[in-house]
Amino acid sequence: MSTIVNNRLIIQPVTRIEGHAKISIHLDDAGEVKSAQFHITEFRGFEKLVEGRPFAEMPGIMSRVCGICPVSHILASSKAGDMLLGVEIPPAAEKQRRLVNYAQVLQSHALSFFHLSSPDLLLGMDAPAEKRNIFGLLESDPEFLRRGIRLRQFGQRIIEIAGGKSVHPACSGPGGVHARFNIAQRDEILSWIPEALGSVAVALDRLKSLLDGFASEIAHMGNFPSMFLGTVTADGGLEFYDGKLRLVDETGNAVAENLDPREYFKYLGEAAEDYTFVKFPYYRPVGYPNGYYRVGPLARLNAAKFAGTERAGREMREFKQRGSSNGSGAVCESFHYHLARVIEMLFAVERIEELMHSPELYEDKIHANASLNRREGVGSCEAPRGTLFHHYWVDENGLITKADLLIATGQNNQAMNRTVDQAAREFLKRIPPGTQPDEGILNRIEAAIRCYDPCLSCSTHALGQMPLVVEWIAPDGEVVGRTSRASPSS
Amino acid sequence: MKQIRPRLATAWLAGCSGCHMSFLDLDERLIDLAGLVDVCYTPIADIKEFPEHVDIALVEGAVANEDNLREIRLIRQRSRVLIAFGDCAVTGNVTALRNLFTVEDILNRAYRDADIVVGVPTANGGNGIIPRLLDRVRRIHDVVPVDYFLPGCPPSADNIFAFISDLLAGRAPGSEGRKFGS
Repeated sequence: MSTIVNNRLIIQPVTRIEGHAKISIHLDDAGEVKSAQFHITEFRGFEKLVEGRPFAEMPGIMSRVCGICPVSHILASSKAGDMLLGVEIPPAAEKQRRLVNYAQVLQSHALSFFHLSSPDLLLGMDAPAEKRNIFGLLESDPEFLRRGIRLRQFGQRIIEIAGGKSVHPACSGPGGVHARFNIAQRDEILSWIPEALGSVAVALDRLKSLLDGFASEIAHMGNFPSMFLGTVTADGGLEFYDGKLRLVDETGNAVAENLDPREYFKYLGEAAEDYTFVKFPYYRPVGYPNGYYRVGPLARLNAAKFAGTERAGREMREFKQRGSSNGSGAVCESFHYHLARVIEMLFAVERIEELMHSPELYEDKIHANASLNRREGVGSCEAPRGTLFHHYWVDENGLITKADLLIATGQNNQAMNRTVDQAAREFLKRIPPGTQPDEGILNRIEAAIRCYDPCLSCSTHALGQMPLVVEWIAPDGEVVGRTSRASPSS
Repeated sequence: MKQIRPRLATAWLAGCSGCHMSFLDLDERLIDLAGLVDVCYTPIADIKEFPEHVDIALVEGAVANEDNLREIRLIRQRSRVLIAFGDCAVTGNVTALRNLFTVEDILNRAYRDADIVVGVPTANGGNGIIPRLLDRVRRIHDVVPVDYFLPGCPPSADNIFAFISDLLAGRAPGSEGRKFGS
């Protein structure tokens, strides 16, 4: 177990998240938290390693950024490819891409909620470490776990139907999709819908009934004002595949609307710091570092005005009541990422069912034929963890000369660091000076990070194994000290 | 008294987590598996250190940094049967594409192009928390002896289940006719 040594507490590895990370907390002599940092310690270097390769290979390679949300990378990459070709894809292809994207949101959210976070929620933050996992749930609540496993399976099965396999499917590329969708596939998917709706309802009821018991966690695991970014439809509804971006602040008011995602680089910048391998995206008009924002389920439900489906619409209206100023403001507690995630699962299941009844999905034309027409392309979509952007430049032969990725989890970088800092300050305060924190305290600090469901494989795309460190700040915004890394070697 | 079950561990090094996702695609067979083995270490549980006396270790990912190197050596030392799990572990795969470039090139590309460069992260990490990147990404068997290879990007859930079932039954994986390399 992690212990405080020389005024420093290091939790490693952070578990039940996707990828490699550590948390370090610096204390002063009185035992007060000076700063806390969330370090992502992996890095692979995709932006560099794709140089010189044909753009048509990108969906297949970029899929390997992440085994949890490969479909998001495939879709953002395919859309960047569509732009390089200069085409609008056939309706059947668009519908199928929407289908696999919802399927992926569903399976990824199910993984986060049931497999990774529900041990904290159902067994309790103080449950013994060796029981705090899905195998512990198997003993205490097997039917709940079975529902979660099957809900994830449903999402994975749709991806397998469309793309041949559930992880790294060959489902889409520049110009469209690779296989027609048929009636037998529809019937299989429709046969899952009643159970899926039932399972999401069970998850929603259970989570809501537990919230009162987590008042302290809700108040101290990432509860602060910020901006929130998400993709919305033309009239401001929740959207995952294609739309305009909307940025709101903690009052719920729009900071910017109708932003074209293909021009993201004009209003979103990235800063690099020497103490972390994950960069710091920010909203350019506000600047760095104050222009930080959150993305993902909580941000999407804050940024969108409504859901657009019946059941999720009802839940979203109720959700917005949790916002500040009697519901007119945004929901600022990162703990509510969990609830937002379950509501999005409901939305995804409803949309999947709707798509099954869309005649366009079954049309024969699934690919727009064209050759290279442009030298620069951008693709974006909502990945489970937030807005995702792929940006490629190619030479006259279609070989990549430069690639930029702006990844969902990376955009939560500042928020995650603030969250670790806030949680460390609150929960370490509860131990007497000079004593060691118990398992439950340590787990709460990790659980604060699990709210974001960070995907470190993704966020460290930029360069393979990315260690990311951040230290943060007192609640009043004061930077309480930054641990400098060794100076750059080159 | 509970019967002693074989101890199964899963770990990830440098990869995308996709092989672990395929492992989770065992779906309800996970429940069966939990009855057959004691899952004593996995990233989806909270045990922080790779334990001793592991019978079967499935290791995803390539060896790309010093943390990976330390971990794979520890895993080898503490595991009876070590399986290179998926293509990054077996061949280096996409993780090893960075071997076409130097670490400095990759770092420069990622950080010097940022809009605001407060600093460029060093390949050497810093206060000992961030692991140093290795000059070249290695396959697992470049670093420690491997008992079995389970290829695929990722290996399918059916193949994972068949592979583990063979091992638990005391058979050589594939001896019943299933091909794992396809």
